[in-house]
Amino acid sequence: MDLNLDAPHSMGTTIIGVTYNGGVVLGADSRTSTGMYVANRASDKITQLTDNVYVCRSGSAADSQVVSDYVRYFLHQHTIQQGQPATVKVSANLIRMLAYNNKNMLQTGLIVGGWDKYEGGKIYGIPLGGTVVEQPFAIGGSGSSYLYGFFDQAWKEDMTKEEAEQLVVKAVSLAIARDGASGGVVRTVIINSEGVTRNFYPGDKLQLWHEELEPQNSLLDILNAAGPEPMAM
Amino acid sequence: MTFTIQIENGTEVRNAEADSQRTLYPYVTGTSVVAIKYKDGVLMASDMGGSYGSTLRYKNIERMKAIGKHSLLGASGEISDFQEILRYLDELTLNDNMWDDGNSLGPKEVHNYLTRVMYNRRNKFNPLWNTLVLGGVKNGEKYLGMVSMIGVSFEDNHVATGFGNHLARPILRDEWREDLGFEEGVKLLEKCMRVLLYRDRSAINKLQIAKMTEEGVTVSEPYSLKTFWEFKAFTNPTVGAEGSW
Repeated sequence: MDLNLDAPHSMGTTIIGVTYNGGVVLGADSRTSTGMYVANRASDKITQLTDNVYVCRSGSAADSQVVSDYVRYFLHQHTIQQGQPATVKVSANLIRMLAYNNKNMLQTGLIVGGWDKYEGGKIYGIPLGGTVVEQPFAIGGSGSSYLYGFFDQAWKEDMTKEEAEQLVVKAVSLAIARDGASGGVVRTVIINSEGVTRNFYPGDKLQLWHEELEPQNSLLDILNAAGPEPMAM
Repeated sequence: MTFTIQIENGTEVRNAEADSQRTLYPYVTGTSVVAIKYKDGVLMASDMGGSYGSTLRYKNIERMKAIGKHSLLGASGEISDFQEILRYLDELTLNDNMWDDGNSLGPKEVHNYLTRVMYNRRNKFNPLWNTLVLGGVKNGEKYLGMVSMIGVSFEDNHVATGFGNHLARPILRDEWREDLGFEEGVKLLEKCMRVLLYRDRSAINKLQIAKMTEEGVTVSEPYSLKTFWEFKAFTNPTVGAEGSW
C-alpha cells in the first residue's frame, strides 16, 4: 500500500462552531495527514486571531496556517488603530478577502467564531471559494459529511454553555468514528464575555459508539478477569 | 502565468489553478431565479439554498438583494461571486449618492453596469460565475433584465435562470399577461417554484418573493410551499404492472 509520503499535508478534519446563549463554542479533531500517513495526531486546529476571535482550520494545513497568520497580523494592526478589540465580523471579512481573492490557489475551509460587545457570540462559515455565511452553527471539513443529519436533529436555539460544549464534543467524536481523515483528540474553545477557555478530550474520555469496544491494556487482563477456563472450547 | 512545482525525484506535483487568468469552477451555488413584470411593477422569486456540489449545504442564503431605492438583484451561480458583485454595487451606489444631486441609480443603469462587468471578466477568461436577474421600477417605468456569466444581456417581460430556463419559461410563455395583478403574479411564480421544487435536485423548500413597485423594493419573509404526492399513480405505482416502478 502506497503511503504517498510526498502528498501535501492536509487536515482531513472535522471542525465545528456553535453559538449558545452568551457566546460560542468551537471544536475540532486533531489529525493531520500526508496521504495515508498521520503526520500529526495531536494538532491544534483552533487558532487564535485575537483575544476574542478564533478560527477553526480545515483543508490544506499550509494554506489555512498562512491565511490565519496574515489575518492575525492585519487584526493586530486594526486593533491598535481602533483602540478596542476587533469584531468577529471584521475578522471574518478579512478571512473572506484572502479566501476570495486567492480562490484559485487556496484549498481551505474555515470557521470563524468569537465574541464582541456589539453582537455577542457569532459564527461565520467560509467554505472553498470565499463565500461568507453567518450561521447559528457551522460544520466543516471532511468529517462534517457525517454530521449534517446529526445536527439537523440535535441542534436547538439558546443552549447553555454546557449543552453547547457537550453537543460539539459528541459531534466531533461521531465524525471521528466514521471519517478516516479525522481522529485523535477533541479540542474545544469556549469564547464569551468573560474570556476564553480551552478544553481537551482524549479518546478515553468520550463515549463509545456502535461496534466500538472499551479499550484495554492487554488481552491478558480480559483472560484473567474471565475465570479459569476462558479460552476453552 | 502558470508554474509547476517539482520535487526531488523529478515527479511533478499536480498543477493547481495557480494561474488567476484561467476559468474557475463554482463551489457554493444558488439555483434558479424566476421573475415577471406585472401590473404594478416586477416580481422575483428564488429559494434560499446554497449547494456545495450535490450537498444541500446552506439553507438560509438570501439570493435577492435590494440595490438602491429602485432595483433588486437576484443571482444564481457561485455565491462568493454574488457577494463580490454586491460589494461593487455598494461602491457604485455610494459614489452615486455622493454627487448629492437628487439623482439615483435606476434599474436600467445598474443592469448596464453589470453587463459591462460580466462581459469584461468573460473576455479575460476570468468570469464571475453567476447569472443575474435585475428588476425594478423608476419613474413609472418597469424594468426586467438578465446578464449571464458570459455577458449575454437582455430585457424581457419574464426571465428565468438555471433550471428555470427549462421548467419555468414554458409556463410563463403560456400564462404570463401584461395586466397580471399582484396576487395572480405571486400565484404564477409559486407555480413555477413548485415545479422547480419537484424537478430540480438543487432546489430547497424555502423561498422568498420580492416585489418592486414605484413605492420601493421589498423582499418577503422566507416561507415553504405545500406539495402534492397523492396521485394514485404515486401511491400505487405498480398496480397492473408488478415489478415496474
